[in-house]
Amino acid sequence: MNQYQLIKLAKRVGLYALIAVVMVYAIFPFYYAVITSLKPSSELFRVDFWLSSLDFGNYVHIFTQKSFVRAIFNSILVSISVVFIALLLGVTASYALGRVRFRGRTTVMLVVLGVSMFPQVAVLSGLFEVIRSLNLYNNPGGLILSYTIFTLPFTVWVLTTFMRQLPMELEEAAIMDGATPWVTITKVFLPLMWPAMATTGLLAFIAAWNEFLFALTFTLTDSQRTVPVAIALISGGSQHELPWGPIMAASVTVTVPLVVLVMIFQRRIVSGLTAGAVKG
Amino acid sequence: MASVTLEKINKVFGSTHIIKDVDLSVGEGEFVVFVGPSGCGKSTLLRLIAGLESITGGELRIGEQVVNDLPPRERGVGMVFQSYALYPHMTVYENMAFGLKLAKTAKETIEERVMATARILQLEELLHRKPKELSGGQRQRVAMGRAMAREPRILLFDEPLSNLDASLRVQMRNEIARLHHRLGSTMVYVTHDQVEAMTLADKIVVLRDGRVEQVGSPHTLYQQPATKFVAGFIGSPTMNFMPAELIDGSAEGCRVRAPGLGELALPQSTDGQRSGAGLTLGVRPEHLRLAEAEGDNSFEIANVEYLGNEVYVYLEPKAGDTLLIHRSEAPSRWKIGQRVALVPDLDHVHLFDGDDKALAIAKQSQAA
Repeated sequence: MNQYQLIKLAKRVGLYALIAVVMVYAIFPFYYAVITSLKPSSELFRVDFWLSSLDFGNYVHIFTQKSFVRAIFNSILVSISVVFIALLLGVTASYALGRVRFRGRTTVMLVVLGVSMFPQVAVLSGLFEVIRSLNLYNNPGGLILSYTIFTLPFTVWVLTTFMRQLPMELEEAAIMDGATPWVTITKVFLPLMWPAMATTGLLAFIAAWNEFLFALTFTLTDSQRTVPVAIALISGGSQHELPWGPIMAASVTVTVPLVVLVMIFQRRIVSGLTAGAVKG
Repeated sequence: MASVTLEKINKVFGSTHIIKDVDLSVGEGEFVVFVGPSGCGKSTLLRLIAGLESITGGELRIGEQVVNDLPPRERGVGMVFQSYALYPHMTVYENMAFGLKLAKTAKETIEERVMATARILQLEELLHRKPKELSGGQRQRVAMGRAMAREPRILLFDEPLSNLDASLRVQMRNEIARLHHRLGSTMVYVTHDQVEAMTLADKIVVLRDGRVEQVGSPHTLYQQPATKFVAGFIGSPTMNFMPAELIDGSAEGCRVRAPGLGELALPQSTDGQRSGAGLTLGVRPEHLRLAEAEGDNSFEIANVEYLGNEVYVYLEPKAGDTLLIHRSEAPSRWKIGQRVALVPDLDHVHLFDGDDKALAIAKQSQAA
């Protein structure tokens, strides 16, 4: 083996070593959570990296708790509603911002972008008053409203960029065929915007599904909570015991739907996110 | 089928005046081509007729009806776009049926019309394909089919062939010409390619900076260009222009002196021109003859292009930097670097005044 081949081999090994480091860094916490959730509580504090036996006790434990099942249902309701509302408003807004020439269009876009820069905490107290006065406190409606506020700017921006890329002549062809703006959006643009819709929809879903601060602040009773809050409030037998097993089981349970969704839409996400960048 | 009449049409975008006082009438069943360099407003004019742009001033009539404020769908126009703009997610059939569906046409009628259109354009085999599975020429035909399916009174084409490669362009040009012949419908066609304009049009409208420069049949535009601009735009290779000075002239004819060519007696009437006035001589490449160089009439050959059937000889001009072109049947005995004399065919020489307007040929010699 000569020198060049050695260097080549070393480079190759180095590359895979780097990949391995990144993979471990990214995946290990989740992996350890899965492992922990599948251990009986007696073995919880023994450090091992492989499973010696399977124990579904933690899963049985959380799924027999009515409040947790209820929380999953609440999370699904809230997330899907947020995705639906954000996409509906996003698509119509992006048509206006992307296609209709009007004065102050850039200003509107910048304001929308600016709004999305605010940290959640900054608007928390104000939003609390709004939700109280709308009678949405301790109600999934309050969460849907507040999540939509934070999801919409992103949705509008991505969809607007995408909408601008659709050829102008396509819209004009629809106009010549006698289509109203609404028909143009639904019959011509929507089918073409699938990748962008999948991307933004999924990101909106993830954001709503994982949101913690608003969910904690705007709900009061177990029956109205969403999953992240429910997990945080899982309590053990005594004040001094943190029930790691059930907490991990619950975390894994609520993460799996996201992983599955991402897998399904993976290709769409990639094409959707790059759609704005390069002319395709 | 309908006629189109434009009266003093104006279009202003912000502070730019794109279309300036355009008057034009397109007869029933006529094939009219708008031609001009990019930015001359030809596409805008077409879009004004289509209703995709609003008219700033003037009156647009389709048939007897003033349509200034009608939306496109109520004008009864169909349009073929440069990029085809087919709906990518619909099949060929759905593409053609879309407009009819929106017009709430009965299902049987839609089917009947789409099938009839498909038959005319030979699209029957392709009805269930998506646009991405079609070749450029096929997409082009679908775009025409979509415009035709609603049976519009006028068909508009916006540079429909510029996305095709050269051989396909010639083929589609032929198909459009035959289509017009068969359907006899009114068509307005925009192109920057003067060959397309010459081959397709019943009537050519040459536009320049938002104004109509000249309207006429291809024959008229080629034989009697009204301005230097039209003369240079129509015809390929382009007309040769040389500065000339008027020696004396009358209503019956004139004599001019051009550098290199010497004194020429021309049939143009130069009424109203003073002797000594600066004129421009225009000669088409096929109306020049080359001879052995003689005295001042001596031009150097800069390049020779052999095209198989004909030969272009490029010559260094006496003034300006645009090479003069001579066209003749192949073969040619002229070589690069040789010096030759130019002999224009005096019956086919054009003369333009200081404002680039063509001087008319005197009546007497026209009769002869």
